Amino acid sequence: MLRSTVSKSSDSEVDLLDDRDFVQLIDADGIRHPSPTIDQWVADVSDAQLADLYEDMVVVRRIDVEATALQRQGELGLWPPLLGQEASQIGSARALRDDDFIMPSYRENGVAYCRGVALDDLVRVWRGHAHGSWDPSEFRMAIPAVIIGAQTLHAVGYGVGILRDGADSAVITYFGDGATSQGDTNEAMIFAATYQAPVVFFCQNNHWAISEPVGLQATRHISERAPGFGIPSMRVDGNDVLAVMAATRIALDRAHNGGGPTYIEAVTYRMGPHTTSDDPTRYRDADELAEWKAKDPISRLEKYFESKDLLTDELKARVKAKADSVAAEFRAGCIGMEEPTIMSVFDHVTIEIDPVLERQRSQYAAYLANFEGGE
Amino acid sequence: MTELTYRQALNDTLRAELTRDENVYLIGEEIGVFEGSYKITAGLLKEFGPKRVVDTPISEEGFTGVAIGSAMLGLRPVVEIMTLNFSLIAIDQIVNHAAKMYGMFGGRVKVPLVIRTPGGGGQQLAATHSQNLEVWYAHIPGLKVVAPSNPADAKALLTAAIRDDDPVLFLENLGLYNTKGDVPDGEQVAEIGRAAIAREGTDLTVVSYSRGVVTALEVAEQLAGEGISIEVVDLRSLRPLDRVTFCESVKKTSRAVVFEDDMLSYGVGAEISATIGEAVFDWLDAPVRRVAAAEVPLPYAKPLELAAMPDAAALTKVIRETLAASGYRK
Ligand SMILES: Cc1ncc(C[n+]2csc(CCOP(=O)(O)OP(=O)(O)O)c2C)c(N)n1
Ligand SMILES: [Mg+2]
Repeated sequence: MLRSTVSKSSDSEVDLLDDRDFVQLIDADGIRHPSPTIDQWVADVSDAQLADLYEDMVVVRRIDVEATALQRQGELGLWPPLLGQEASQIGSARALRDDDFIMPSYRENGVAYCRGVALDDLVRVWRGHAHGSWDPSEFRMAIPAVIIGAQTLHAVGYGVGILRDGADSAVITYFGDGATSQGDTNEAMIFAATYQAPVVFFCQNNHWAISEPVGLQATRHISERAPGFGIPSMRVDGNDVLAVMAATRIALDRAHNGGGPTYIEAVTYRMGPHTTSDDPTRYRDADELAEWKAKDPISRLEKYFESKDLLTDELKARVKAKADSVAAEFRAGCIGMEEPTIMSVFDHVTIEIDPVLERQRSQYAAYLANFEGGE
Repeated sequence: MTELTYRQALNDTLRAELTRDENVYLIGEEIGVFEGSYKITAGLLKEFGPKRVVDTPISEEGFTGVAIGSAMLGLRPVVEIMTLNFSLIAIDQIVNHAAKMYGMFGGRVKVPLVIRTPGGGGQQLAATHSQNLEVWYAHIPGLKVVAPSNPADAKALLTAAIRDDDPVLFLENLGLYNTKGDVPDGEQVAEIGRAAIAREGTDLTVVSYSRGVVTALEVAEQLAGEGISIEVVDLRSLRPLDRVTFCESVKKTSRAVVFEDDMLSYGVGAEISATIGEAVFDWLDAPVRRVAAAEVPLPYAKPLELAAMPDAAALTKVIRETLAASGYRK
């Protein structure tokens, strides 16, 4: 079995990529399993901090459910639910430093929430009001990439830029199991290894690429590929927020300290449809969903807290109040969004408008002026 | 004759060709179990099994390249690319390999490949998922590019494409799948490279293809109510391009407007109007005009998207202007 060694800048070593090394700290029943190699990476995470991660997951799930409802009510064109992937997203996003940059796919709304992206900006694109919702440099997070796999190469380019600047920040790129089949994603691994770019490849293996099961993309663990490219790799329980945080910290520590790229396969499950246009009952078994419901990232944390008598009424009330207020603000922000003007069609094509487009724009303005009240 | 949707006509044709020739097989993302993003391959995996209807990893370059390799061996792959936009990932395989092999192998290797893929906007899929890039492929010697506008042509052109020994890009359109039309029963094989007169008229020729033809026919019908007689030429094939049919039409009407879903700059209309200028200039009573998309990445918001796309109102306006410029009187 392939093994690569990852060492923490300061002390002990972690052997990665072995079936036995499936990184899991809190199992589906909420039982905490000590790990001699991994625990040190989350030793500072107190139960109070774990409660904050729990709150994040509950809030993000609530945003997601609310967005799905908004789509059903005709307020959004489309929404890609992250239901079931909360631990993968929160655990990794909360491990990042402020100056680390994120190159996401389209499903990382939980990550964007952690970055402080305004709630209405989470849905501005999906409501059709803008192509780019937020300023990537302000939040250190690019907007959703919808061409599968492309963002992985951009992450490497950004990482090479960090090296050139002599900075010590890192880039994390999120992509799915389906994306691992794209040339771009494989080429990104080659380039990251060649240049030792400070990149964390974060694959959320949610078991499905629309209707295709992960078995069509990979006949072995996805995490096994990276070592062939010269990139150390970890396979982690993506529904265990603590394990995801530990794994991401290991990878970031390497990146921040000149250790180059690391690959993480977060094993999770897309409990909802691919997007609101999809009906997964057409292609997958109810049993499979039930099996993964039992491994739910949020309820396992509740079980953990229960076992320590920490799931108090106070905690429950606090988290519920937060989720309620976020949901209300989110919904109001979505519905109250100002509509773009028709002439904004001509904005942002090139930095300065070219003569052909200028002509089209003025002709179109004249055309609209024919109607009463112009626009 | 049977009335069918464009989607059903494609599905029936794939079934007929899979049945007729065991070398024909289908390959692409989500075409088997899921029956295709737009359900063009519905039922075919069940009928023909996984050797004839092949689900692939999410890799357009991968499955296009693999299809080319199998075509070199004499198989007749019909590749589905989810939308034309994703063909960009496979473009090296299509342009540098499928299109070049026959020539660069000295005529000793044929690539009887079909790539079926829908283009077009108007579905609220935003800028990277709504493009009309057919002209990129129509530019390439060694490829054929066909673009049926109705269910009957969908059948006859797909049959012809599958039986053709050259690589053919078969352009569908998201806005056409649910359109209906009469389809002749039995085997129908179109001649690739032959345009059609979709509607006869005497005052002005509208040249279009794919979804644009549907709009052009609507506009022609509207204007007929005012006594204006529009001839609509449906190109059906962008490469080879049937220059004779639209030039003969212009000789008759003396006026031409090109209606295209792609961009004005370097678009299909540029080729058509240049050809008219070169070949039948003396017959023209007014400059050839083009109606095309706004040169912007297509917006996601429905009203903005519709504003950026060429529509019946824009075509009608340019037809009226062209008639006026030539001193047309009823
Ligand atoms: C190049 C390209 N091909 C196909 C598609 C259509 N598509 C959209 S999402 C998707 C599945 C991606 O699956 P995965 O990478 O596992 O991510 P997930 O949706 O599960 O988060 C596909 C094939 C696309 N957007 N881009
Ligand atoms: Mg997936």
